[in-house]
Amino acid sequence: MSLDAARLRTLTQEFLAAHPVATTPREEFLSARFDAGLAWVHYPEGLGGLDAPRALQAVVDAELEAAGAPDNDPRRNGIGLGMAAPTVLRYGTDEQKRRFLKPLWVGQEIWCQLFSEPGAGSDLAALGTRAVREGDDWIVNGQKVWTSGAHNSRFAILIARTDPDVPKHRGITYFVCDMTDPGVEVRPLRQITGEAEFNEVFLTDVRIPDAHRLGETGDGWKVAQTTLNNERVAIGGMRIPREGGLIGIVADTWRERPELRTHDLHQRLMTLWVEAEVARLTGERLRQQLVAGHPGPEGAGMKLGFARLNQQISGLELELLGEEGLLYDDWTMRRPEIVDFAGRDAGYRYLRAKGNSIEGGTSEVLLNIVAERVLGLPPEPRTDKDVAWKDLSR
Amino acid sequence: MSTQPDLLYSEDEEALRSAVRDLLTDHCAAPAVLARIEGDEPHDRALWKNLAESMGLAGLLVPEERGGQGASHREAAVVLEELGRAVAPVPYLTSAVIATEALLACVGSEAETLLSALASGRTVGALTVPLSATPGREFTDVRATDSSLTGRVTGVADAAFADVFLVPTPDGLFAVDASADGVTVAPQTSFDPTRPLATVTFEAAAGRLLADTAAPAVRRALRAGAGLLASEQLGLADWLLTETVRYTRERHQFNRPVGSFQALKHRLAQLWLEVVNARATARNAADALATGSDDTDVAVAVAQAYTAPVAVHVAEEALQLHGGIGMTWEHPIHLYLKRAKSSAIALGTVGRHREELAELVDLRAP
Repeated sequence: MSLDAARLRTLTQEFLAAHPVATTPREEFLSARFDAGLAWVHYPEGLGGLDAPRALQAVVDAELEAAGAPDNDPRRNGIGLGMAAPTVLRYGTDEQKRRFLKPLWVGQEIWCQLFSEPGAGSDLAALGTRAVREGDDWIVNGQKVWTSGAHNSRFAILIARTDPDVPKHRGITYFVCDMTDPGVEVRPLRQITGEAEFNEVFLTDVRIPDAHRLGETGDGWKVAQTTLNNERVAIGGMRIPREGGLIGIVADTWRERPELRTHDLHQRLMTLWVEAEVARLTGERLRQQLVAGHPGPEGAGMKLGFARLNQQISGLELELLGEEGLLYDDWTMRRPEIVDFAGRDAGYRYLRAKGNSIEGGTSEVLLNIVAERVLGLPPEPRTDKDVAWKDLSR
Repeated sequence: MSTQPDLLYSEDEEALRSAVRDLLTDHCAAPAVLARIEGDEPHDRALWKNLAESMGLAGLLVPEERGGQGASHREAAVVLEELGRAVAPVPYLTSAVIATEALLACVGSEAETLLSALASGRTVGALTVPLSATPGREFTDVRATDSSLTGRVTGVADAAFADVFLVPTPDGLFAVDASADGVTVAPQTSFDPTRPLATVTFEAAAGRLLADTAAPAVRRALRAGAGLLASEQLGLADWLLTETVRYTRERHQFNRPVGSFQALKHRLAQLWLEVVNARATARNAADALATGSDDTDVAVAVAQAYTAPVAVHVAEEALQLHGGIGMTWEHPIHLYLKRAKSSAIALGTVGRHREELAELVDLRAP
């Protein structure tokens, strides 16, 4: 029988009958769910999936949610689920897939991403962390930055330079780094909010076995594209209700605190309310296109829109609060497991939202991507294309 | 009623789009529109006959048993997207949407007869309200005494092309033939020559009563008009963006295509984002109108509040990015700019729609 929504619903119900939510411990439940192929149904059998269309995951999720089943708290391992897993699936050896995917999905092993460096942010391919082959191992030295979750992570996806004599995109290799290995040092990085959500990671003579390489030596940039494309998919595919984002917090304050209202703030609130609603509809349209099997290029723009909206709305919120907006909670060196804009004060939201147009690709870089890949405008002139990495200025 | 709006285009809608686009490519090229608006007859009668009569598009919103095509606002929205792309000088929005919706709110044989006449496209109707009218407004410019109408309405869009006027008065909604005694239509010089305005004067003109109270029909008509105008604005913005991208790729300055300069690329990418957003909100409004959703008032207000300024912004940027050529009469950008700016005033300004929205979503002004 081919795997359609009805069949998948039946499979999920059979699974629930065999693993009662009330009596099965959380990790055991999640582990069994992975083995049953109901973790991510579009993955292959034996690796948490059933080779089913991706859209059918929603059927499984709805059944499990209705039954009150534990989920794998996807936000806790966002990098692992959203970025590492699809990359391992596409480029990993059978051995790597068997080793990494299950504990990743169940949440027993959290992943982080060792991509950005102090000297290679938007120009990621300019990275200078070196990996030198020594027998069956690679010896890695360098410094990474903006690594969220490094302090909680077991593994990292890492890109490093393995050949400095060829142009920058060609001399990179992609590895899985064990964060518990000697030579990996994680230092909290304090940000403008006061907390230490991110880290610097120093790599000193870290030994990574060649068996932890993903893809061919020198092919790391191509592999990283899979990771980065999946990052943008993960941002675009969410379904949120009206007033589901930051605008809901401000709207509620507006309703509950009439004494704060001014005409100027009302104009700005309504402008942003409309824009937030429109962004929600664009996200919903993108989701419907994905489900229909015709993904549109809209995803490329979603992050740009949300970054600007978050910044404008959180700025408005501080002004709406007036005198109260002058006060701030103490976030000194707190180390959160996840970033959560709700449940914190307006000042935090305002400051943290500034990162939305920088993290995961700056808005300026994303505008270039839209202009070149969606609109087909001519590329920026490149002076780095045919120059060996070691000869680039930095 | 589905809780989640369908924001995509169906295969039938895409087929309809390409049929309309083919017709417009052959019969509504920019030079022809430019030549036409300088003549005595700004409306394109032949194009209207093709669209309305041959293709049967004037009756999309009218059920089959009442002489129409029995389609919905979703299909009418696709037609309007294409008409917007061509700034086509035809009274589709005014007759096939606004006047038709007013009649759909009426009962009685007079309304039924007119409805099927409008649906056939052989009769063109115009609701005699100013183009700038908002759904909530009252209309008292024309008074009725025993079905004899007297008064004057200015700024009526496409009135010069209309065969019949639907006239709201404090004593009900009336139909008046454009050829009747006592009816004068005086064309005004319009900011947007592709949707020309006129002053309509009634001096003891004979009216036929369509409804005892005009307000519900007028409100329904203007709400549908505002909701579907968003699709016209989307089409207009889409054409401008496509054309400007094409131009900036071809135009060379400083030994490079100007479209390779980051200052321009970022602006064009920003316009693309706005068009993408406009498409989602215009589809949402069309779907809400089509399904009779409880959310229609919000969907229409959001669509107009967002899409009207986007169309203007894209038109203004398109002009700037075309440089000197954008300022010439020969280049059609000015037709699009004029349509965009006048449409931002049509059927309620952004501010009006935001005010209405503030009430609807309980975010009241101080």
